[in-house]
Amino acid sequence: MATIAATPAHAHESHAHPTGFMSWMSTVDHKRIGTLYLFTALFFFLLGGLEAEIIRMQLQGPNGTLVSAETYNQLFTMHGTTMIFLAIMPLSAAFFNYLIPLQIGARDVAFPRLNAFSYWVYVLGGIFINLSWLLHAAPDGGWFGYAPLTTRAYSPGMNIDFWVLGLQILGVSSLAAGFNFITTIINMRAPGMNLMRMPMFTWAAFVVQFLIVLAFPVITIALVFLMFDRFFGTNFYTTAAGADPLLWQHLFWIFGHPEVYILILPAFGLVSDVLPAHTRKPIFGYPVMVFSLILIAFLGFGVWAHHMFAVGMGPIADTVFGLTTMLIAIPTGVKIFNWIATMHGGSIRFTTACLFCIALVAFFTIGGLSGVMHASPPADLQQTDTYFIVAHFHYVLFGGSMMGLFAGVYHYFPKITGRLLSERIGKWHFWLTAIGMNLTFFPMHMSGLLGMPRRIYRYDAGQGWDGFNLASSIGAYILAVGTLFLVWNIIKSLRSGTRAGNDPWGSPTLEWAIPSPPPEYNFARIPTVTSRYPLWDMKQPALTSEVPHSHRGDKEMEVAVGGKTVGHPHPGPAAQSTRVSESEMHIETETYTPAQVGIVLPDPTVKPFFVALGMVIMLGSPLFMHEAQIREIAGNAAGHRTAMTMFWIFVLGGAALMVGSLYNWLLTPLESDHH
Amino acid sequence: MTSVPLTAGHVPDAHDPHATSTGLDNKKIAIWAFIGSECMLFASLISTYLIYKGRSKVGPFPHETWTDPSTGHKFGAILNIPVTSASTFVLLMSSLAMVLALAAVQNKNIPKRTTSERILGSSQLWLLATAALGITFLGFQAYEFTSFVHEGLSIRTNLFGSSFFTLTGFHGAHVTAGVIWLLTLFAIDRKRGLGPRDEVNVDIAALYWHFVDVVWIAIFTLVYLIK
Repeated sequence: MATIAATPAHAHESHAHPTGFMSWMSTVDHKRIGTLYLFTALFFFLLGGLEAEIIRMQLQGPNGTLVSAETYNQLFTMHGTTMIFLAIMPLSAAFFNYLIPLQIGARDVAFPRLNAFSYWVYVLGGIFINLSWLLHAAPDGGWFGYAPLTTRAYSPGMNIDFWVLGLQILGVSSLAAGFNFITTIINMRAPGMNLMRMPMFTWAAFVVQFLIVLAFPVITIALVFLMFDRFFGTNFYTTAAGADPLLWQHLFWIFGHPEVYILILPAFGLVSDVLPAHTRKPIFGYPVMVFSLILIAFLGFGVWAHHMFAVGMGPIADTVFGLTTMLIAIPTGVKIFNWIATMHGGSIRFTTACLFCIALVAFFTIGGLSGVMHASPPADLQQTDTYFIVAHFHYVLFGGSMMGLFAGVYHYFPKITGRLLSERIGKWHFWLTAIGMNLTFFPMHMSGLLGMPRRIYRYDAGQGWDGFNLASSIGAYILAVGTLFLVWNIIKSLRSGTRAGNDPWGSPTLEWAIPSPPPEYNFARIPTVTSRYPLWDMKQPALTSEVPHSHRGDKEMEVAVGGKTVGHPHPGPAAQSTRVSESEMHIETETYTPAQVGIVLPDPTVKPFFVALGMVIMLGSPLFMHEAQIREIAGNAAGHRTAMTMFWIFVLGGAALMVGSLYNWLLTPLESDHH
Repeated sequence: MTSVPLTAGHVPDAHDPHATSTGLDNKKIAIWAFIGSECMLFASLISTYLIYKGRSKVGPFPHETWTDPSTGHKFGAILNIPVTSASTFVLLMSSLAMVLALAAVQNKNIPKRTTSERILGSSQLWLLATAALGITFLGFQAYEFTSFVHEGLSIRTNLFGSSFFTLTGFHGAHVTAGVIWLLTLFAIDRKRGLGPRDEVNVDIAALYWHFVDVVWIAIFTLVYLIK
């Protein structure tokens, strides 16, 4: 066990394990921010799920009467927007935040306060979009918001205003986080943690950040055009003025297709780290797994127009985009086969986390196969805008992303809270989710091929869809029950879960070398890394005998060339003790105050929150401008002036709060001087 | 289970904020990631401008004359290339001043003997000069925008107006942010003096400033010079 010389702990007040509301508002600790992301995103997941349940209740039988057409449009738009931008991306961000510094052996991210800013922009942006429900004006143009349909001429209400402004706000959050994580992964790795030793999840996160910083500016510009069209009368999407009705579609999908990989790759990364721990085998073909991630991301920028085959781009464009799309199936298929090969011959423990990983491999493959089907333009013309497409993307998003994220939740919850989730309740959650998911989405393939269009709020009986729709709705209710088991499991674990200890699963990567939950400073001593699986080297060297190693942490990449391993082969279990002392890898089991181990942590601060608040107020203020325009048209001059006054108060007040807090933040050092 | 004795007196690299994997400052990596992102932002704006070139249903047009069929009013080609060439020169010179400002901060501790060495070594002078040239460029842009509006081209007139004002307006907003950044550095320099330890803070401002300058060269070529 670790020992420590008795040191006079001149503990700084703010570092003495703060609790309470203000400590969460002012935290800059990546682990606490990750925890905030996790629970906020799970909340929005429940909200988006509720919207989906209402949709399925409406469509349960022919001629549903539960909601009006207007409400139905708002429900499916907000279901998509919520699940993509407020649930799956932030759930991934929760793991980025929590795991990246731990997996690479760092004390925090590169810019801790920017990290807090990203979270606050996300949560305030999510609240902003959902405030629209209170005005019965939730966005109703679909999550893709196709212009010209979403221009003022065809969508005069505030619905799309909320969507346009809200998505711009959320984009800022993702971009700020993207710059932060790219810098963190490039620059904050522990000694010896070269790129080809990074855990697969960190690799997936790294690739996703590049997708985010390159794709989000494009939708930002598309949204700026739409905002200018709606508020200032520009002509970007006005076909009467000669505008190209496909401009939005191109800009949106240049963002939108990389976004698909932004949603799925973090789940791929989680599975690639969770599976080895539960099958007790290193990931099969690590370098190929890394390069296929990069290849998927690279190709992902060249396939956007496969979302637009139906608009008539001509045979050459259709062929090129069809082929590039099918090409992506190769690196994706490689990943599927490598996960199967990882399981092959392993001693598999069918824990809940492992079951969710296997579910991803199975269900994502089904979604991937239907994806290859509509990569072919002639097939796509039959399938586009039908429930077949809905079935496809729910198999990749729910069957892929969510299964991977659930696997991550079960695997990492003990690291985050120090307590295990119940395996018994977890199995209920898993089986209800797996059965419910397939019962909900598999029949949609059939109803879609029989011609049921997407986005309809009711349908007539006798078209051959009734049974499939009823099955989908029953599946959705089973999913709801399964999700309640997850909620119950989390509450039960937080109250009385089994203590996890450092490493409940026997995992190979750095985050399991420290206590659960980790101390504020993460690593009392930064480890020196000599292989991809430093903890297995120490505890179960037989498992990593075929993985390249070096004796000391070094910066050279070791690769196997033509069957010949360049670098130092594993010396085998007999030489373990020598190697461990040489590698300087160690396990920390006790938690100290930062002062005891001489670590200076960043000071907590609420400034990032106020910068985010000011920015959201400023970016949301055009809502008043719209109100002023309505009153002007109605001939209400006094009302117009009032609304415009409100607009200027909000835009200038928000800007003042943002800029003031930003200067205050930038001119304050990260850490106060303790000397 | 193996564990290593851990004492407060024996904590290697317990806190060394300057030890990074690449040896570069975090801020430097982040600004390059930011610039990569900004490339996509301006690529979207410039592509839209080029896609919409020649598609406007009504004038005024950038390079061609146009007669309004309803009023018979004749509009000239609206872009004023000589004036914009002058403003482009001003912006290019601001990059030179920025290079000198960064060099002055880096060489702060080298003794200056002659008057020219003192002038070249004055970070305050060159920071202020960069900001002043940026403000001059913005003045040119304000003059250009108002004269266009007087001539009958607003952001609502046609596709050219919408895409031109949005593209150059976004660039102008970036120059404005850069000017505020430079003036902030100037104020810090006046207050406590910027030295070699602040090098990275001036360096990232310079990278941003040069990037905004490069974007303008692309805009000047694609929007103004190519007919």
